Amino acid sequence: MSTKKFMYLNRKAPYGTVYALESLEVVLIAAAFEQDVSLVFIDDGVYQIVDGQNTDGIGMKNFSKAYHALGDYDINQLYVSAESLTERGLSVDDLMPLVYEDEDDDWAEKPSIKVVSNVEISKIMSEQDVCLSF
Amino acid sequence: MLHTINKSSFERNSLQSCLNTIDDTSVILLIEDGVICAANNANSSMLAELATQGRVFALQGDIDARGISSKVADNIKLVDYAGFVDLVVEHGTTVSWV
Amino acid sequence: MKISIQINEGPYQHQASDTAYQFAKAAIAKGHEIFRVFFYHDGVDNASRFTVPPQDDRHIVNNWADLGIKNADGNEVELVVCVAAALRRGMLDASEAGKNGIDSNNIHPAFRISGLGQLIEAGIQSDRLVVFGD
Repeated sequence: MSTKKFMYLNRKAPYGTVYALESLEVVLIAAAFEQDVSLVFIDDGVYQIVDGQNTDGIGMKNFSKAYHALGDYDINQLYVSAESLTERGLSVDDLMPLVYEDEDDDWAEKPSIKVVSNVEISKIMSEQDVCLSF
Repeated sequence: MLHTINKSSFERNSLQSCLNTIDDTSVILLIEDGVICAANNANSSMLAELATQGRVFALQGDIDARGISSKVADNIKLVDYAGFVDLVVEHGTTVSWV
Repeated sequence: MKISIQINEGPYQHQASDTAYQFAKAAIAKGHEIFRVFFYHDGVDNASRFTVPPQDDRHIVNNWADLGIKNADGNEVELVVCVAAALRRGMLDASEAGKNGIDSNNIHPAFRISGLGQLIEAGIQSDRLVVFGD
């Protein structure tokens, strides 16, 4: 099967709507297809990967832990908009420490999250074959 | 690339987010409530420059349905659904700012 | 050209399904192939055979069902409902109803329930994938 570049565009916060959860479900399935997968978190989508989510008070499942599994599925291109973080008073230190093991570098543990400018997101976007929005 | 916007700029930041990341060659198609971005209003300046470059399209049916056909800002090109299909075919990957 | 569609919203509440339908019809009229329509999130509700709109309104479910046999080359337009999204929203075909001990089913026969892999595969197999949502 041919390899295409898939981008998942995440712009919505978790819990208020189901989009974040069901987007993550697609990404986890997509891993089995061995495509080139990038995730972009922009606008309120950056809240999907904020550390320290606790859903005890709302009776919903805390699915944020599942993002930690992405590295094990070779999904390690998570691009976060620097501008969206700044606008929301967030920095990379507020995000979950998501990592993957680089098989080309003696399985060294490396961060999956890359904080990038909107200009860089524009460039990444223009390289994609398929963009799935949720 | 083709970027589709389906929300009014008065309601959501979809258009602004798209403009923040759009490259120099991509085009924008306004559909559904996104056509409110095509009308002359307080937010018109957001799209004016791209429209001058001929890179902004709006879906005629959605404009007409909302009664704003006489308000469409300068240089915005109107297309029907067949024109929508042509834009998808001609511009490669489509990004939907839903 | 081979085009696939992802629909994220249910019928009547949101214009997404209507726009997608008009787009699909126009694409077929121009000689393109709609390879697959994938219904996700609340979009799964577009497949309910229990839908009864007022007589003077469009019948969104039947419109999709009729489109299912209308590709110019005689190929069927595949109407695929995501199983995970469908089950959590009470959308079941006979097989899923049986598996879950539920005595009825509501998926229109023109649609079929399948996994998220069908969305990824549509992205791989098609020249274009267009998302319609909120």
